[in-house]
Amino acid sequence: MDIFLQFDLPSILLGSLAALACGLLGNFLVLRKQALMGDAISHVVLPGIVLGFLFSHETGSWPMMIGAGAAAIFAVLLIELIRRVGNVEPGAAMGVVFTTMFAAGVVVLEQSGTAGVHLDVEHALYGNLESAIWLDAYTLSDLWNLEVLATLPESIKQLFVVNLLVIAFIMLFFKELKISSFDPLLSASLGFSPKWLGLSLIVMVAIAAVAAFSAVGSILVIAMFICPAATARLLTDNLKVQLFISGIASLSAGLFGYLLAAFGPGLLGYEISVSAAGMIAVVAGLQQVLAMLFAPQYGVVMRRRRQKVHANI
Amino acid sequence: MQKLKTPDLQLLHDTNAPESINAQDHPFAVQGLTVAYHHKPVLWGVSYSAPKGCLTAIIGPNGAGKSTFLKAALGLIPKLSGETKVFGAPIKKALKNIAYVPQRSAVDWDFPATAIDVVLMGLYGQIGWFRWPSRKHRETALNCLKSVGMQDFANRQIGQLSGGQQQRVFLARALAQDAEMYLMDEPFAGVDAATEKAIVMVLRKLVADGKTVLVVHHDLETVRDYYSHILLLNGQHIADGPVETTFTSENLQKAYGGRLASTQLDGLSQASGA
Repeated sequence: MDIFLQFDLPSILLGSLAALACGLLGNFLVLRKQALMGDAISHVVLPGIVLGFLFSHETGSWPMMIGAGAAAIFAVLLIELIRRVGNVEPGAAMGVVFTTMFAAGVVVLEQSGTAGVHLDVEHALYGNLESAIWLDAYTLSDLWNLEVLATLPESIKQLFVVNLLVIAFIMLFFKELKISSFDPLLSASLGFSPKWLGLSLIVMVAIAAVAAFSAVGSILVIAMFICPAATARLLTDNLKVQLFISGIASLSAGLFGYLLAAFGPGLLGYEISVSAAGMIAVVAGLQQVLAMLFAPQYGVVMRRRRQKVHANI
Repeated sequence: MQKLKTPDLQLLHDTNAPESINAQDHPFAVQGLTVAYHHKPVLWGVSYSAPKGCLTAIIGPNGAGKSTFLKAALGLIPKLSGETKVFGAPIKKALKNIAYVPQRSAVDWDFPATAIDVVLMGLYGQIGWFRWPSRKHRETALNCLKSVGMQDFANRQIGQLSGGQQQRVFLARALAQDAEMYLMDEPFAGVDAATEKAIVMVLRKLVADGKTVLVVHHDLETVRDYYSHILLLNGQHIADGPVETTFTSENLQKAYGGRLASTQLDGLSQASGA
Protein backbone atom coordinates (compact mmCIF):
# COMPACT_ATOMS: atom_id res chain seq x y z
CA MET A 1 0.00 0.00 0.00
CA ASP A 2 2.72 2.45 0.93
CA ILE A 3 4.40 2.04 -2.42
CA PHE A 4 1.12 2.83 -4.15
CA LEU A 5 0.64 5.92 -1.94
CA GLN A 6 4.22 7.08 -2.27
CA PHE A 7 4.80 6.55 -5.97
CA ASP A 8 1.64 5.75 -7.89
CA LEU A 9 -0.91 8.02 -6.27
CA PRO A 10 1.07 11.26 -6.73
CA SER A 11 1.57 10.46 -10.41
CA ILE A 12 -2.12 9.64 -10.84
CA LEU A 13 -3.11 12.89 -9.11
CA LEU A 14 -0.67 14.88 -11.17
CA GLY A 15 -1.82 13.36 -14.47
CA SER A 16 -5.53 13.56 -13.68
CA LEU A 17 -5.44 17.12 -12.37
CA ALA A 18 -3.38 18.27 -15.36
CA ALA A 19 -5.87 16.59 -17.67
CA LEU A 20 -8.83 18.14 -15.83
CA ALA A 21 -7.59 21.73 -16.01
CA CYS A 22 -6.87 21.45 -19.73
CA GLY A 23 -9.91 19.32 -20.54
CA LEU A 24 -12.42 21.75 -19.05
CA LEU A 25 -11.00 24.79 -20.83
CA GLY A 26 -10.68 22.76 -24.02
CA ASN A 27 -14.48 22.81 -24.36
CA PHE A 28 -14.44 26.50 -25.14
CA LEU A 29 -11.41 26.24 -27.41
CA VAL A 30 -13.14 23.54 -29.46
CA LEU A 31 -16.41 25.51 -29.60
CA ARG A 32 -14.55 28.60 -30.78
CA LYS A 33 -12.78 26.53 -33.44
CA GLN A 34 -9.54 27.49 -31.72
CA ALA A 35 -8.49 23.99 -30.75
CA LEU A 36 -5.00 24.55 -32.09
CA MET A 37 -4.71 27.62 -29.89
CA GLY A 38 -4.09 25.18 -27.03
CA ASP A 39 -1.15 23.76 -28.94
CA ALA A 40 0.11 27.20 -29.89
CA ILE A 41 -0.15 28.50 -26.34
CA SER A 42 1.54 25.47 -24.82
CA HIS A 43 4.56 26.18 -27.04
CA VAL A 44 4.44 29.92 -26.77
CA VAL A 45 4.63 29.88 -22.98
CA LEU A 46 8.07 28.24 -22.99
CA PRO A 47 10.07 31.51 -23.09
CA GLY A 48 7.82 32.84 -20.32
CA ILE A 49 8.42 29.75 -18.23
CA VAL A 50 12.18 29.93 -18.71
CA LEU A 51 12.32 33.61 -17.80
CA GLY A 52 10.09 32.95 -14.80
CA PHE A 53 12.45 30.15 -13.76
CA LEU A 54 15.54 32.33 -14.17
CA PHE A 55 13.83 34.86 -11.95
CA SER A 56 12.75 32.50 -9.17
CA HIS A 57 15.13 29.52 -9.55
CA GLU A 58 12.50 26.90 -8.79
CA THR A 59 10.29 24.81 -11.02
CA GLY A 60 6.53 24.76 -10.71
CA SER A 61 6.55 28.20 -9.15
CA TRP A 62 4.11 31.07 -9.51
CA PRO A 63 6.69 33.36 -11.19
CA MET A 64 6.84 30.76 -13.98
CA MET A 65 3.06 30.92 -14.16
CA ILE A 66 3.07 34.70 -14.42
CA GLY A 67 5.79 34.59 -17.06
CA ALA A 68 3.71 32.09 -19.01
CA GLY A 69 0.57 34.21 -18.76
CA ALA A 70 2.48 37.25 -19.97
CA ALA A 71 3.99 35.26 -22.84
CA ALA A 72 0.51 34.07 -23.84
CA ILE A 73 -0.90 37.61 -23.90
CA PHE A 74 2.13 38.79 -25.85
CA ALA A 75 1.61 35.97 -28.35
CA VAL A 76 -2.09 36.71 -28.82
CA LEU A 77 -1.33 40.37 -29.48
CA LEU A 78 1.48 39.43 -31.86
CA ILE A 79 -0.78 37.01 -33.76
CA GLU A 80 -3.42 39.74 -34.08
CA LEU A 81 -0.79 42.27 -35.23
CA ILE A 82 0.67 39.95 -37.89
CA ARG A 83 -2.83 39.06 -39.07
CA ARG A 84 -3.75 42.70 -39.52
CA VAL A 85 -0.49 44.15 -40.80
CA GLY A 86 0.53 41.16 -42.88
CA ASN A 87 -3.05 40.52 -44.04
CA VAL A 88 -2.56 36.76 -43.60
CA GLU A 89 -5.00 34.15 -42.33
CA PRO A 90 -5.07 33.54 -38.53
CA GLY A 91 -3.67 30.01 -38.85
CA ALA A 92 -0.56 31.26 -40.62
CA ALA A 93 -0.04 34.09 -38.13
CA MET A 94 -0.40 31.58 -35.29
CA GLY A 95 2.14 29.26 -36.91
CA VAL A 96 4.71 32.01 -37.29
CA VAL A 97 4.32 33.25 -33.72
CA PHE A 98 4.28 29.95 -31.92
CA THR A 99 7.24 28.37 -33.66
CA THR A 100 9.31 31.54 -33.24
CA MET A 101 8.50 31.96 -29.56
CA PHE A 102 9.05 28.29 -28.83
CA ALA A 103 12.41 28.43 -30.58
CA ALA A 104 13.32 31.55 -28.60
CA GLY A 105 12.42 29.67 -25.44
CA VAL A 106 14.69 26.77 -26.37
CA VAL A 107 17.56 29.14 -27.14
CA VAL A 108 17.22 30.92 -23.80
CA LEU A 109 16.96 27.55 -22.07
CA GLU A 110 20.16 26.27 -23.65
CA GLN A 111 22.12 29.50 -23.26
CA SER A 112 21.17 30.33 -19.70
CA GLY A 113 22.61 27.14 -18.25
CA THR A 114 19.31 26.08 -16.78
CA ALA A 115 19.14 23.23 -19.23
CA GLY A 116 19.90 19.92 -17.62
CA VAL A 117 19.28 21.16 -14.09
CA HIS A 118 15.55 21.08 -13.60
CA LEU A 119 14.29 22.26 -16.87
CA ASP A 120 15.41 20.49 -19.97
CA VAL A 121 14.05 20.22 -23.42
CA GLU A 122 13.12 16.59 -23.10
CA HIS A 123 10.98 17.20 -20.03
CA ALA A 124 9.47 20.26 -21.63
CA LEU A 125 8.27 18.05 -24.46
CA TYR A 126 7.41 14.78 -22.77
CA GLY A 127 6.68 15.75 -19.19
CA ASN A 128 7.91 14.13 -16.02
CA LEU A 129 4.92 12.48 -14.48
CA GLU A 130 6.78 9.65 -12.75
CA SER A 131 8.99 12.04 -10.78
CA ALA A 132 6.16 12.94 -8.41
CA ILE A 133 6.62 11.17 -5.07
CA TRP A 134 4.99 11.54 -1.68
CA LEU A 135 7.39 9.97 0.81
CA ASP A 136 5.45 10.95 3.94
CA ALA A 137 2.45 8.80 3.11
CA TYR A 138 2.33 5.31 4.62
CA THR A 139 -1.28 4.35 5.25
CA LEU A 140 -4.68 5.17 3.78
CA SER A 141 -5.51 7.33 6.79
CA ASP A 142 -2.79 9.70 5.65
CA LEU A 143 -5.15 10.73 2.84
CA TRP A 144 -7.21 12.78 5.27
CA ASN A 145 -4.40 13.76 7.60
CA LEU A 146 -3.85 17.44 6.89
CA GLU A 147 -0.27 17.40 8.17
CA VAL A 148 0.71 14.62 5.79
CA LEU A 149 -1.35 16.12 2.97
CA ALA A 150 0.71 19.29 3.35
CA THR A 151 3.75 17.27 2.28
CA LEU A 152 2.25 16.49 -1.12
CA PRO A 153 4.55 17.53 -3.97
CA GLU A 154 4.38 21.25 -4.78
CA SER A 155 3.31 20.54 -8.36
CA ILE A 156 0.18 18.69 -7.20
CA LYS A 157 -0.80 21.44 -4.83
CA GLN A 158 -0.30 23.97 -7.59
CA LEU A 159 -2.42 21.98 -10.03
CA PHE A 160 -5.10 21.72 -7.40
CA VAL A 161 -5.19 25.51 -7.06
CA VAL A 162 -5.15 25.91 -10.86
CA ASN A 163 -8.13 23.57 -11.14
CA LEU A 164 -10.02 25.61 -8.58
CA LEU A 165 -9.19 28.72 -10.62
CA VAL A 166 -10.35 27.10 -13.85
CA ILE A 167 -13.62 25.90 -12.33
CA ALA A 168 -14.28 29.29 -10.75
CA PHE A 169 -13.51 31.01 -14.07
CA ILE A 170 -15.94 28.79 -15.97
CA MET A 171 -18.69 29.14 -13.37
CA LEU A 172 -18.34 32.91 -13.17
CA PHE A 173 -18.16 33.48 -16.92
CA PHE A 174 -20.23 30.53 -18.15
CA LYS A 175 -22.94 32.62 -19.77
CA GLU A 176 -20.45 35.13 -21.15
CA LEU A 177 -18.18 32.44 -22.59
CA LYS A 178 -21.18 30.74 -24.11
CA ILE A 179 -22.59 33.78 -25.89
CA SER A 180 -19.21 35.06 -27.06
CA SER A 181 -18.39 31.63 -28.49
CA PHE A 182 -21.74 31.20 -30.22
CA ASP A 183 -22.40 34.69 -31.54
CA PRO A 184 -19.57 37.20 -31.00
CA LEU A 185 -21.55 40.00 -32.69
CA LEU A 186 -24.53 39.69 -30.36
CA SER A 187 -22.14 39.30 -27.46
CA ALA A 188 -20.44 42.57 -28.37
CA SER A 189 -23.70 44.43 -28.84
CA LEU A 190 -24.95 43.33 -25.41
CA GLY A 191 -21.76 44.61 -23.80
CA PHE A 192 -19.91 41.30 -23.34
CA SER A 193 -16.72 42.05 -25.24
CA PRO A 194 -15.73 38.89 -27.13
CA LYS A 195 -12.21 40.29 -27.40
CA TRP A 196 -11.68 40.53 -23.65
CA LEU A 197 -13.43 37.25 -22.95
CA GLY A 198 -11.32 35.56 -25.60
CA LEU A 199 -8.16 37.02 -24.12
CA SER A 200 -9.05 35.95 -20.57
CA LEU A 201 -9.81 32.45 -21.86
CA ILE A 202 -6.37 32.37 -23.48
CA VAL A 203 -4.73 33.48 -20.24
CA MET A 204 -6.51 30.70 -18.37
CA VAL A 205 -5.41 28.29 -21.09
CA ALA A 206 -1.83 29.48 -20.61
CA ILE A 207 -2.04 28.97 -16.85
CA ALA A 208 -3.48 25.48 -17.29
CA ALA A 209 -0.91 24.68 -19.97
CA VAL A 210 1.98 25.65 -17.70
CA ALA A 211 0.60 23.76 -14.74
CA ALA A 212 0.06 20.69 -16.91
CA PHE A 213 3.35 21.19 -18.71
CA SER A 214 5.55 19.75 -15.98
CA ALA A 215 3.27 16.72 -15.70
CA VAL A 216 2.48 15.72 -19.25
CA GLY A 217 4.80 17.92 -21.33
CA SER A 218 3.88 20.48 -23.88
CA ILE A 219 3.27 18.08 -26.77
CA LEU A 220 0.70 16.10 -24.83
CA VAL A 221 -1.05 19.16 -23.43
CA ILE A 222 -2.74 19.56 -26.79
CA ALA A 223 -4.32 16.11 -26.50
CA MET A 224 -5.80 17.11 -23.15
CA PHE A 225 -7.15 20.37 -24.57
CA ILE A 226 -8.94 18.69 -27.45
CA CYS A 227 -9.80 15.04 -26.78
CA PRO A 228 -12.00 15.21 -23.65
CA ALA A 229 -13.99 18.15 -25.05
CA ALA A 230 -14.44 16.56 -28.46
CA THR A 231 -15.45 13.28 -26.81
CA ALA A 232 -18.00 15.01 -24.59
CA ARG A 233 -19.43 16.98 -27.52
CA LEU A 234 -20.38 13.71 -29.21
CA LEU A 235 -22.29 12.55 -26.14
CA THR A 236 -24.53 15.53 -25.43
CA ASP A 237 -26.13 18.65 -26.90
CA ASN A 238 -26.10 20.51 -23.60
CA LEU A 239 -23.07 22.64 -22.85
CA LYS A 240 -23.27 22.18 -19.06
CA VAL A 241 -23.50 18.41 -19.43
CA GLN A 242 -20.67 18.57 -21.97
CA LEU A 243 -18.42 20.32 -19.44
CA PHE A 244 -19.27 17.69 -16.85
CA ILE A 245 -18.60 14.76 -19.18
CA SER A 246 -15.34 16.29 -20.39
CA GLY A 247 -14.26 16.57 -16.74
CA ILE A 248 -14.95 12.90 -16.13
CA ALA A 249 -13.22 11.94 -19.37
CA SER A 250 -10.15 13.98 -18.37
CA LEU A 251 -9.91 12.48 -14.89
CA SER A 252 -10.39 8.94 -16.13
CA ALA A 253 -7.82 9.42 -18.90
CA GLY A 254 -5.36 10.51 -16.18
CA LEU A 255 -6.19 7.55 -13.97
CA PHE A 256 -6.36 4.75 -16.53
CA GLY A 257 -3.53 6.20 -18.60
CA TYR A 258 -1.21 5.96 -15.63
CA LEU A 259 -2.42 2.52 -14.51
CA LEU A 260 -2.00 1.11 -18.02
CA ALA A 261 1.46 2.62 -18.33
CA ALA A 262 2.62 1.40 -14.93
CA PHE A 263 1.04 -2.05 -14.82
CA GLY A 264 -0.03 -2.83 -18.38
CA PRO A 265 3.37 -4.02 -19.65
CA GLY A 266 3.81 -6.09 -16.47
CA LEU A 267 0.54 -7.90 -17.14
CA LEU A 268 1.82 -8.75 -20.59
CA GLY A 269 4.98 -10.17 -19.09
CA TYR A 270 7.35 -7.27 -19.81
CA GLU A 271 9.67 -6.00 -17.11
CA ILE A 272 9.42 -2.35 -18.15
CA SER A 273 6.76 0.30 -17.89
CA VAL A 274 5.93 2.85 -20.59
CA SER A 275 5.62 6.64 -20.50
CA ALA A 276 2.59 7.53 -18.42
CA ALA A 277 2.14 10.89 -20.14
CA GLY A 278 2.04 9.18 -23.49
CA MET A 279 -0.43 6.59 -22.22
CA ILE A 280 -2.76 9.29 -20.88
CA ALA A 281 -2.93 10.84 -24.32
CA VAL A 282 -3.52 7.42 -25.87
CA VAL A 283 -6.41 6.77 -23.47
CA ALA A 284 -7.87 10.21 -24.25
CA GLY A 285 -7.63 9.38 -27.95
CA LEU A 286 -9.27 5.98 -27.39
CA GLN A 287 -12.15 7.63 -25.52
CA GLN A 288 -12.64 9.84 -28.56
CA VAL A 289 -12.66 6.85 -30.92
CA LEU A 290 -15.17 5.00 -28.73
CA ALA A 291 -17.43 8.06 -28.64
CA MET A 292 -17.20 8.43 -32.41
CA LEU A 293 -18.26 4.81 -32.81
CA PHE A 294 -20.86 4.36 -30.08
CA ALA A 295 -22.27 7.77 -29.11
CA PRO A 296 -26.08 7.47 -28.88
CA GLN A 297 -26.84 10.34 -31.25
CA TYR A 298 -23.73 11.04 -33.28
CA GLY A 299 -21.95 7.68 -33.16
CA VAL A 300 -21.31 5.81 -36.40
CA VAL A 301 -23.04 2.64 -35.18
CA MET A 302 -26.29 4.32 -34.14
CA ARG A 303 -26.38 6.46 -37.26
CA ARG A 304 -25.98 3.35 -39.41
CA ARG A 305 -28.77 1.67 -37.50
CA ARG A 306 -31.08 4.66 -37.94
CA GLN A 307 -30.34 4.75 -41.65
CA LYS A 308 -31.27 1.07 -41.87
CA VAL A 309 -34.56 1.70 -40.07
CA HIS A 310 -35.29 4.53 -42.48
CA ALA A 311 -34.41 2.33 -45.43
CA ASN A 312 -36.75 -0.42 -44.24
CA ILE A 313 -39.64 2.01 -43.92
CA MET B 1 -6.03 78.90 -26.38
CA GLN B 2 -8.46 79.19 -23.51
CA LYS B 3 -10.02 82.33 -24.96
CA LEU B 4 -10.53 80.70 -28.30
CA LYS B 5 -12.15 77.61 -26.86
CA THR B 6 -14.95 79.29 -24.96
CA PRO B 7 -16.89 80.72 -27.90
CA ASP B 8 -16.42 77.46 -29.79
CA LEU B 9 -18.02 75.48 -27.01
CA GLN B 10 -20.82 77.99 -26.82
CA LEU B 11 -21.44 77.58 -30.53
CA LEU B 12 -21.51 73.79 -30.22
CA HIS B 13 -23.95 74.00 -27.40
CA ASP B 14 -26.29 76.27 -29.32
CA THR B 15 -26.37 74.14 -32.43
CA ASN B 16 -26.90 71.02 -30.38
CA ALA B 17 -29.91 72.32 -28.53
CA PRO B 18 -32.55 72.03 -31.27
CA GLU B 19 -31.02 68.75 -32.49
CA SER B 20 -31.48 67.01 -29.17
CA ILE B 21 -35.20 67.72 -29.31
CA ASN B 22 -35.43 66.28 -32.80
CA ALA B 23 -33.28 63.33 -31.79
CA GLN B 24 -36.34 61.58 -30.37
CA ASP B 25 -37.66 61.26 -33.91
CA HIS B 26 -34.50 59.62 -35.23
CA PRO B 27 -34.06 56.12 -33.79
CA PHE B 28 -31.38 55.29 -36.35
CA ALA B 29 -29.67 58.04 -38.31
CA VAL B 30 -26.67 57.24 -40.51
CA GLN B 31 -24.46 60.02 -41.83
CA GLY B 32 -22.02 59.69 -44.75
CA LEU B 33 -21.32 55.97 -44.43
CA THR B 34 -18.50 54.75 -46.70
CA VAL B 35 -17.22 51.16 -46.63
CA ALA B 36 -14.63 49.33 -48.71
CA TYR B 37 -13.59 45.66 -48.85
CA HIS B 38 -9.94 45.29 -49.84
CA HIS B 39 -9.79 48.74 -51.45
CA LYS B 40 -12.95 48.07 -53.43
CA PRO B 41 -15.66 50.48 -52.31
CA VAL B 42 -19.00 48.90 -51.44
CA LEU B 43 -20.88 51.88 -50.04
CA TRP B 44 -20.28 55.54 -50.89
CA GLY B 45 -21.40 58.23 -48.49
CA VAL B 46 -24.80 56.81 -47.59
CA SER B 47 -26.91 59.04 -45.36
CA TYR B 48 -30.24 57.82 -44.11
CA SER B 49 -32.56 58.14 -41.16
CA ALA B 50 -35.06 55.37 -40.46
CA PRO B 51 -38.61 56.69 -39.99
CA LYS B 52 -39.68 56.12 -36.40
CA GLY B 53 -42.30 53.45 -35.75
CA CYS B 54 -42.30 52.27 -39.36
CA LEU B 55 -41.56 49.00 -41.11
CA THR B 56 -38.93 49.72 -43.74
CA ALA B 57 -37.42 47.44 -46.38
CA ILE B 58 -33.87 47.91 -47.57
CA ILE B 59 -33.88 46.85 -51.21
CA GLY B 60 -31.37 46.86 -54.03
CA PRO B 61 -29.63 44.45 -56.41
CA ASN B 62 -27.13 41.79 -55.31
CA GLY B 63 -23.90 43.40 -54.15
CA ALA B 64 -25.66 46.70 -53.50
CA GLY B 65 -24.23 46.68 -49.96
CA LYS B 66 -27.52 46.14 -48.11
CA SER B 67 -26.10 43.80 -45.46
CA THR B 68 -22.90 45.81 -45.38
CA PHE B 69 -24.97 48.91 -44.68
CA LEU B 70 -26.51 47.33 -41.56
CA LYS B 71 -23.26 45.86 -40.28
CA ALA B 72 -21.18 48.97 -40.87
CA ALA B 73 -23.86 51.27 -39.46
CA LEU B 74 -23.85 49.11 -36.31
CA GLY B 75 -20.06 49.27 -36.14
CA LEU B 76 -19.72 45.49 -36.52
CA ILE B 77 -17.36 45.82 -39.48
CA PRO B 78 -14.76 48.52 -40.19
CA LYS B 79 -15.79 51.57 -42.21
CA LEU B 80 -13.84 54.34 -43.90
CA SER B 81 -16.10 57.13 -42.72
CA GLY B 82 -19.53 57.88 -41.40
CA GLU B 83 -21.35 57.78 -38.09
CA THR B 84 -24.57 56.43 -36.70
CA LYS B 85 -26.72 58.09 -34.06
CA VAL B 86 -29.43 56.33 -32.12
CA PHE B 87 -31.89 58.90 -30.76
CA GLY B 88 -29.06 61.40 -31.05
CA ALA B 89 -26.56 59.31 -29.08
CA PRO B 90 -23.50 57.69 -30.64
CA ILE B 91 -24.21 54.07 -31.63
CA LYS B 92 -21.57 52.63 -29.29
CA LYS B 93 -23.50 53.83 -26.27
CA ALA B 94 -26.86 52.77 -27.63
CA LEU B 95 -26.27 49.18 -28.73
CA LYS B 96 -28.61 47.92 -26.03
CA ASN B 97 -31.45 49.78 -27.76
CA ILE B 98 -30.88 47.78 -30.91
CA ALA B 99 -31.69 44.18 -31.75
CA TYR B 100 -29.80 42.90 -34.76
CA VAL B 101 -30.83 39.68 -36.47
CA PRO B 102 -27.90 38.46 -38.58
CA GLN B 103 -28.14 36.16 -41.57
CA ARG B 104 -28.60 32.59 -40.53
CA SER B 105 -25.17 31.62 -41.83
CA ALA B 106 -23.53 33.96 -39.30
CA VAL B 107 -23.40 31.36 -36.53
CA ASP B 108 -22.45 27.71 -36.07
CA TRP B 109 -25.68 25.74 -35.71
CA ASP B 110 -23.78 22.69 -34.41
CA PHE B 111 -23.20 24.58 -31.16
CA PRO B 112 -24.40 22.63 -28.11
CA ALA B 113 -27.40 24.83 -27.40
CA THR B 114 -31.17 24.41 -27.55
CA ALA B 115 -33.67 26.83 -29.06
CA ILE B 116 -34.49 28.28 -25.66
CA ASP B 117 -30.77 28.65 -24.84
CA VAL B 118 -30.38 30.86 -27.91
CA VAL B 119 -33.43 32.95 -27.04
CA LEU B 120 -32.12 33.34 -23.48
CA MET B 121 -28.97 34.89 -24.94
CA GLY B 122 -31.13 37.83 -25.99
CA LEU B 123 -31.76 38.40 -22.28
CA TYR B 124 -28.10 38.25 -21.21
CA GLY B 125 -27.84 42.04 -21.45
CA GLN B 126 -30.60 42.42 -18.86
CA ILE B 127 -29.25 39.63 -16.69
CA GLY B 128 -25.82 41.27 -16.53
CA TRP B 129 -22.32 39.96 -15.77
CA PHE B 130 -21.77 36.80 -13.68
CA ARG B 131 -25.45 36.15 -12.92
CA TRP B 132 -27.21 33.04 -14.20
CA PRO B 133 -30.62 33.19 -15.92
CA SER B 134 -33.51 32.69 -13.48
CA ARG B 135 -36.81 30.90 -13.93
CA LYS B 136 -38.40 34.25 -14.81
CA HIS B 137 -35.95 34.72 -17.63
CA ARG B 138 -36.77 31.24 -18.94
CA GLU B 139 -40.46 32.12 -18.90
CA THR B 140 -39.80 35.30 -20.87
CA ALA B 141 -37.75 33.33 -23.37
CA LEU B 142 -40.49 30.73 -23.72
CA ASN B 143 -43.04 33.49 -24.37
CA CYS B 144 -40.82 34.86 -27.12
CA LEU B 145 -40.65 31.39 -28.68
CA LYS B 146 -44.45 31.22 -28.43
CA SER B 147 -44.88 34.43 -30.36
CA VAL B 148 -43.02 32.90 -33.31
CA GLY B 149 -44.82 29.58 -32.95
CA MET B 150 -41.75 27.68 -31.77
CA GLN B 151 -42.66 26.78 -28.17
CA ASP B 152 -42.80 23.06 -29.00
CA PHE B 153 -39.17 23.13 -30.10
CA ALA B 154 -37.76 24.88 -27.02
CA ASN B 155 -35.55 21.98 -26.01
CA ARG B 156 -34.45 20.93 -29.49
CA GLN B 157 -30.77 21.32 -30.33
CA ILE B 158 -30.60 24.18 -32.83
CA GLY B 159 -28.82 22.16 -35.53
CA GLN B 160 -31.83 19.85 -35.71
CA LEU B 161 -34.22 22.64 -36.67
CA SER B 162 -35.12 23.48 -40.25
CA GLY B 163 -33.83 26.69 -41.81
CA GLY B 164 -37.16 28.43 -41.27
CA GLN B 165 -37.30 27.29 -37.66
CA GLN B 166 -33.76 28.54 -37.07
CA GLN B 167 -34.76 31.91 -38.48
CA ARG B 168 -37.73 32.02 -36.11
CA VAL B 169 -35.46 31.24 -33.17
CA PHE B 170 -33.29 34.18 -34.20
CA LEU B 171 -36.39 36.35 -34.35
CA ALA B 172 -37.51 35.18 -30.91
CA ARG B 173 -34.08 36.09 -29.57
CA ALA B 174 -34.43 39.59 -31.00
CA LEU B 175 -37.86 39.88 -29.36
CA ALA B 176 -36.31 38.87 -26.04
CA GLN B 177 -33.89 41.78 -26.35
CA ASP B 178 -36.91 44.10 -26.12
CA ALA B 179 -35.16 46.83 -28.09
CA GLU B 180 -36.46 50.05 -29.62
CA MET B 181 -34.93 49.40 -33.00
CA TYR B 182 -34.86 46.11 -34.93
CA LEU B 183 -32.42 45.49 -37.76
CA MET B 184 -32.85 42.27 -39.71
CA ASP B 185 -30.62 40.87 -42.42
CA GLU B 186 -32.72 38.89 -44.91
CA PRO B 187 -35.00 37.12 -42.44
CA PHE B 188 -37.04 35.73 -45.36
CA ALA B 189 -34.10 34.12 -47.15
CA GLY B 190 -34.82 30.45 -47.85
CA VAL B 191 -37.69 30.04 -45.37
CA ASP B 192 -40.92 28.09 -45.76
CA ALA B 193 -44.32 29.71 -46.19
CA ALA B 194 -45.33 29.14 -42.55
CA THR B 195 -42.19 30.89 -41.34
CA GLU B 196 -42.67 33.78 -43.75
CA LYS B 197 -46.18 34.28 -42.40
CA ALA B 198 -44.98 34.07 -38.78
CA ILE B 199 -42.21 36.60 -39.43
CA VAL B 200 -44.56 39.07 -41.09
CA MET B 201 -46.93 38.83 -38.15
CA VAL B 202 -44.13 39.50 -35.70
CA LEU B 203 -42.86 42.46 -37.74
CA ARG B 204 -46.36 44.00 -37.76
CA LYS B 205 -46.71 43.42 -34.03
CA LEU B 206 -43.39 45.17 -33.41
CA VAL B 207 -44.45 48.21 -35.42
CA ALA B 208 -47.84 48.25 -33.68
CA ASP B 209 -45.91 48.43 -30.40
CA GLY B 210 -44.13 51.54 -31.65
CA LYS B 211 -40.83 49.90 -32.55
CA THR B 212 -38.81 50.87 -35.58
CA VAL B 213 -37.95 48.00 -37.92
CA LEU B 214 -35.45 47.91 -40.77
CA VAL B 215 -35.32 44.76 -42.89
CA VAL B 216 -32.99 43.78 -45.73
CA HIS B 217 -35.45 42.37 -48.26
CA HIS B 218 -34.90 40.53 -51.52
CA ASP B 219 -38.30 39.75 -52.97
CA LEU B 220 -39.61 42.83 -54.80
CA GLU B 221 -43.01 41.18 -55.29
CA THR B 222 -43.86 41.33 -51.59
CA VAL B 223 -42.51 44.80 -50.80
CA ARG B 224 -45.89 46.46 -51.22
CA ASP B 225 -47.67 43.92 -49.04
CA TYR B 226 -45.23 43.89 -46.15
CA TYR B 227 -43.72 47.34 -45.79
CA SER B 228 -44.77 50.95 -45.43
CA HIS B 229 -41.38 52.47 -46.31
CA ILE B 230 -38.35 51.56 -48.38
CA LEU B 231 -34.68 52.46 -48.67
CA LEU B 232 -33.24 51.83 -52.13
CA LEU B 233 -29.51 51.18 -52.25
CA ASN B 234 -27.07 50.49 -55.02
CA GLY B 235 -23.70 51.23 -53.50
CA GLN B 236 -25.13 54.69 -53.01
CA HIS B 237 -28.33 56.00 -51.54
CA ILE B 238 -30.85 55.98 -54.42
CA ALA B 239 -34.09 56.93 -52.68
CA ASP B 240 -36.04 56.48 -49.47
CA GLY B 241 -39.57 57.22 -48.31
CA PRO B 242 -43.08 55.77 -48.24
CA VAL B 243 -43.72 52.85 -50.58
CA GLU B 244 -46.43 54.70 -52.56
CA THR B 245 -44.16 57.54 -53.58
CA THR B 246 -40.75 55.83 -53.59
CA PHE B 247 -41.35 52.33 -54.96
CA THR B 248 -41.63 53.63 -58.50
CA SER B 249 -40.36 52.13 -61.75
CA GLU B 250 -38.15 55.18 -62.14
CA ASN B 251 -36.38 54.60 -58.80
CA LEU B 252 -36.20 50.85 -59.32
CA GLN B 253 -34.65 51.44 -62.74
CA LYS B 254 -32.05 53.67 -61.08
CA ALA B 255 -31.21 51.04 -58.46
CA TYR B 256 -31.35 47.91 -60.58
CA GLY B 257 -30.29 49.35 -63.94
CA GLY B 258 -30.75 46.85 -66.73
CA ARG B 259 -31.23 43.97 -64.32
CA LEU B 260 -35.00 44.35 -64.24
CA ALA B 261 -36.99 44.17 -67.48
CA SER B 262 -39.27 47.14 -68.06
CA THR B 263 -42.34 44.91 -68.05
CA GLN B 264 -41.31 43.63 -64.62
CA LEU B 265 -40.92 47.20 -63.38
CA ASP B 266 -44.34 48.18 -64.64
CA GLY B 267 -45.90 45.16 -62.96
CA LEU B 268 -44.29 45.99 -59.61
CA SER B 269 -45.15 49.66 -59.55
CA GLN B 270 -48.74 49.12 -60.65
CA ALA B 271 -49.48 46.46 -58.09
CA SER B 272 -50.40 49.21 -55.62
CA GLY B 273 -53.91 49.53 -57.00
CA ALA B 274 -54.80 45.94 -56.15
